[in-house]
Amino acid sequence: MSAPTTELTTPVEAAPPAHAPRRGWGIARITLLLFFVVVVLVPAYVLLVTSFKGLGDATPARAWLPPTEWSTAGWARAWELLLPSMGRTFAMVIPAAVISSFLGAMNGFVLARWRFPGADLVFTLLLFGMFIPYQAVMIPLIQLMQGLGVPSGVPSLIVLHVAYGIPITTLIFRNYYAGVPDELMEAARVDGAGMLRTFGSIVLPLSGPAFVVVLIWQFTSAWNDYLFALFFSNSRNGPVTIALNFLASGQLQDYSASMAGALIASVPTLVVYILLGRWFVGGLMAGSVKG
Amino acid sequence: MNRGLRSWAPPFLLVLPSLVVVGVFVYGMIAINVNTSLTDRRGRGPATQYVGFDVYRELFADDTFIYSLQNLLIYTVVFIVGTLLIGFMWAWLLERGVWGEGFFRAVYLFPMAVSFIASGVVWRWLLNNAQGDRASGLNRLFEVVGLDFLQNSWWTHPRFGIAAIALPAIWQLAGYVMALFLAGFRGIPRELHEAARIDGASEWQLYRHVLFPQLRPIALSAIIIVGHMSLKVFDLIMAIAGQTNHTTQVPATQMWIEFTRGDYAKSAAIGTILLLVVAVLIVPYLVSTYRQERNR
Repeated sequence: MSAPTTELTTPVEAAPPAHAPRRGWGIARITLLLFFVVVVLVPAYVLLVTSFKGLGDATPARAWLPPTEWSTAGWARAWELLLPSMGRTFAMVIPAAVISSFLGAMNGFVLARWRFPGADLVFTLLLFGMFIPYQAVMIPLIQLMQGLGVPSGVPSLIVLHVAYGIPITTLIFRNYYAGVPDELMEAARVDGAGMLRTFGSIVLPLSGPAFVVVLIWQFTSAWNDYLFALFFSNSRNGPVTIALNFLASGQLQDYSASMAGALIASVPTLVVYILLGRWFVGGLMAGSVKG
Repeated sequence: MNRGLRSWAPPFLLVLPSLVVVGVFVYGMIAINVNTSLTDRRGRGPATQYVGFDVYRELFADDTFIYSLQNLLIYTVVFIVGTLLIGFMWAWLLERGVWGEGFFRAVYLFPMAVSFIASGVVWRWLLNNAQGDRASGLNRLFEVVGLDFLQNSWWTHPRFGIAAIALPAIWQLAGYVMALFLAGFRGIPRELHEAARIDGASEWQLYRHVLFPQLRPIALSAIIIVGHMSLKVFDLIMAIAGQTNHTTQVPATQMWIEFTRGDYAKSAAIGTILLLVVAVLIVPYLVSTYRQERNR
């Protein structure tokens, strides 16, 4: 059952050399694969085409056709409405991702390489936090955050994404550090390095790939979060998911602006996916999805 | 004793901050939430007394809540079966290596990077229930390609409307299941292939008796991961159908509605029920992880 967790650092490998498949099957296979590419891209086509439509184009009969006249008015409206929330989302996601990654690295190191009695129980108890439905903590959580005096909007959301990010970042780092060669740890021990020395000068410098995976993961899940955003912010101090849903569910049915907005709100995570796709897959392998 | 303490105190101190945070934010909050659900805190004011399981009895006597639990079941079945079938099929098609594999993988996986709120914007349009002349979205597409009989009311259907919400969810996560299975296929030692061939196994026998059984643990992991996401469905419903739509009600949306009404005890009780449903799936998984840890 640990399969997805142990696959972390080896994202899907390249295919082994194919041994002469039967020709007919080869063609059928490519056809099927291409058919699914079309199916998967249909929503992207609709988003693009509709986002460039003017108001006159929005008739049901022309729903699937490209615009008669390309208009960027929808993009302009969406951009204006979403811009402030995009800034807030960046201000929330970056510290949340960085802080939870460092906590995860510390935990992962201890739980994989410098264990104490009961470490396995601690790990399991931490892991449970990854799976809970946040509805089961929401009401006391609101009281807690008020009690701590954390303002709603970005500050609250940073605290929440750090706190509930700890389980997954710990899991990813723990699996990564479990693969660090024993010899390195032994060498450190022989040289008399203590725990912090070993972590700081031997383990951390090796942690680049794991940090990439964890940062991508935390960035994406915090960026895409809607549940915490709904409970802990409002339309004036909320992140982009709040602003986008507000725009899209408005009475005006401004399809071109909402679809342009959906594209704008997805650009940062799509850029991460395109640039760092290989590690993105690694993150997916890491076990679970927050939220 | 002192030596032991000295050796395990530092690592324990290093994880202590996280333990405190998770202890408070996960276990502490769950405890307080359960406590709230047992009180009479039905409005903005503080609770005055414990009423035991009254709120729970009320919920299970409420048709709307039963309906939303049934919805959750339908959604989960459709979502799990859909992602597993499609994800597995994609992995199988790609497994031997195919020209342009990287491209196919990238396309199948990209929806995963998008938020449910953003994809909800387009799926709300695709799953528009208008039919005939007013049809847009998929209903219009069916008409254009001559498959009019496929036109339907999507998420407004009184009983199976919730299944329509599973379509975008499948669209978003089938690629993830594909990645899991693909890693599984590639992780099977080549010797197993060779051995089966030497024994004269046909292509189908190789899959049926050698490769598929090896993928069973992956399938189980996929079910647990996709299943626990499924039980928490919320964003997609808010984006596509909105919170007030009866046909797509699930416990998570009802929890939000009760919260906005100020019925904190009821809202907390729904959260607790949802936690129990997820725990049925997750706790056996965690117990087995714990056993593996112990044996490390």
